[in-house]
Amino acid sequence: MAVRTLLSRKTLSSIFRNDPKPIGAAAAAASTQSRDLHVFTLPDLAYDYGALEPVISGEIMQIHHQKHHQTYITNYNKALEQLHDAVGKADASTTVKLQNAIKFNGGGHINHSIFWKNLAPVREGGGEPPKDSLGWAIDTHFGSLEALIQNVNAEGAALQGSGWVWLGLDKELKRLVVETTANQDPLVTKGPSLVPLLGIDVWEHAYYLQYKNVRPDYLKNIWKVINWKYASEVYEKESS
Amino acid sequence: MLSPSAFVPTSHSNGCFAGFLNLPSSSATTFQFSKKQGSWIRKAGDTEITAKFELKPPPYPLDALEPIMSQETFEYHWGKHHRAYVDNLNKQIEGTDLDGKSLEETIIMAYNNGDILPAFNNAAQVWNHDFFWESMKPGGGGKPSGELLKLIERDFGSFEKFVDQFKLVASTQFGSGWAWLAYKESRLDVGNAVNPLATEEDKKLVVLKSPNAVNPLVWNHHHPLLTIDVWEHAYYLDYQNRRLDYISVFIDKLVSWDAVSSRLEKAKAVIAEREREEDRKRRGEGKSTTGKEATPTPEILADIDTN
Repeated sequence: MAVRTLLSRKTLSSIFRNDPKPIGAAAAAASTQSRDLHVFTLPDLAYDYGALEPVISGEIMQIHHQKHHQTYITNYNKALEQLHDAVGKADASTTVKLQNAIKFNGGGHINHSIFWKNLAPVREGGGEPPKDSLGWAIDTHFGSLEALIQNVNAEGAALQGSGWVWLGLDKELKRLVVETTANQDPLVTKGPSLVPLLGIDVWEHAYYLQYKNVRPDYLKNIWKVINWKYASEVYEKESS
Repeated sequence: MLSPSAFVPTSHSNGCFAGFLNLPSSSATTFQFSKKQGSWIRKAGDTEITAKFELKPPPYPLDALEPIMSQETFEYHWGKHHRAYVDNLNKQIEGTDLDGKSLEETIIMAYNNGDILPAFNNAAQVWNHDFFWESMKPGGGGKPSGELLKLIERDFGSFEKFVDQFKLVASTQFGSGWAWLAYKESRLDVGNAVNPLATEEDKKLVVLKSPNAVNPLVWNHHHPLLTIDVWEHAYYLDYQNRRLDYISVFIDKLVSWDAVSSRLEKAKAVIAEREREEDRKRRGEGKSTTGKEATPTPEILADIDTN
């Protein structure tokens, strides 16, 4: 009985850890449930808060990163801990109930982590159009980079409420797609073969202090700090 | 035309917009239904003017809720966002079947039983903002009184418990949307069944949330009494990411409990009148009770996520 308890706890903890390494039985027995869980932390930005000005103000970047993204992470960790408890107790009702919070807060963490990498200061290559295979793919699927930008801007402006507009790669159909997702739904909720290359946050918190109600201006300007190098790297890796 | 006081909730029986139709028909001398254009036309001399929705100002000056809700927030929220919903709605409905309908009719028709038409978001947002402005007043907040307080205590346990639930629901609307206090009728919506005679105890206050533009008018038997806008544009200039601070101060200092009380009174009057009408029908023509259509189940969005 004691051995079975130990084993099930060990199995559980390896599910919730990002770390695939098996953990020793002694360690599992000694550790508390929450110590077994991977705790997500706020990723650093590769640039200063003010480095995207005047396109995105330092104030927006700071609140967006330190407050909004941090809150998604805090609530994601909390929800995972509750899930861990609920699964441990075979509490199906709580396990199911937690799915909304996990999707929202986990999605918020995933989306923002991509978003920060999608941006770069102009002096570090922000806004420089892709020239490699992604550049070719964009021309093939959309006609031109300009046409893609028009498409993304129109979709982003038309999105009702809060959400994201994406340039994604459909790995199965081997083609580029423009998609929107509501609230903090990650791109993968629109199809299991979709990989995000570029995501633009169109929640009001992403632009309101600077652009107020004029979301189209935010969308028009953000291309000046888009990090196409990152999108190209993901494209290379995922399409090969 | 946009006044929330003109709102008559969806009637339960066939002809679910019947309550709204008194708007155009009561002013039949100035409005004529044009079969050719399928819309209401107002005769003004020789020119025909299609009825348009107008941007209604809040019932107080734009700086009246300072410093809780800044004038700057109002200038954008009312002057830009609310205005854009009105302008876009007018453009969207021009020359369509929705042209000339009341705002409430437009919302229900464009909601289209959940398969929403493009005009829904603008129409509902126009109504929601009107209702929101009138949910607040300078020097508001405090505690309700009378019948409303009695019902709050009956249905939530205490006023404090209501406040806690309202805050929780409003702060856990994942994304843009609204939180509501509504008066809910408990009614069976089953094909040919005759409802047991509803008693007062079968109706209760509920706290609900809704995404984006959705509002209780599209759920049957929900009478909205109070709302808070939890789109980020409602609070971002004043409170940034601190939505909970905004919700707390809204309850403590802004809610117009007079408005909420008078909406409750109106809702009760509407319900009582309809029940009398149904009762008359039942007794008068026993066989006609089979004419009822099943109405869709309201979307319950009040799941509470304690994370």
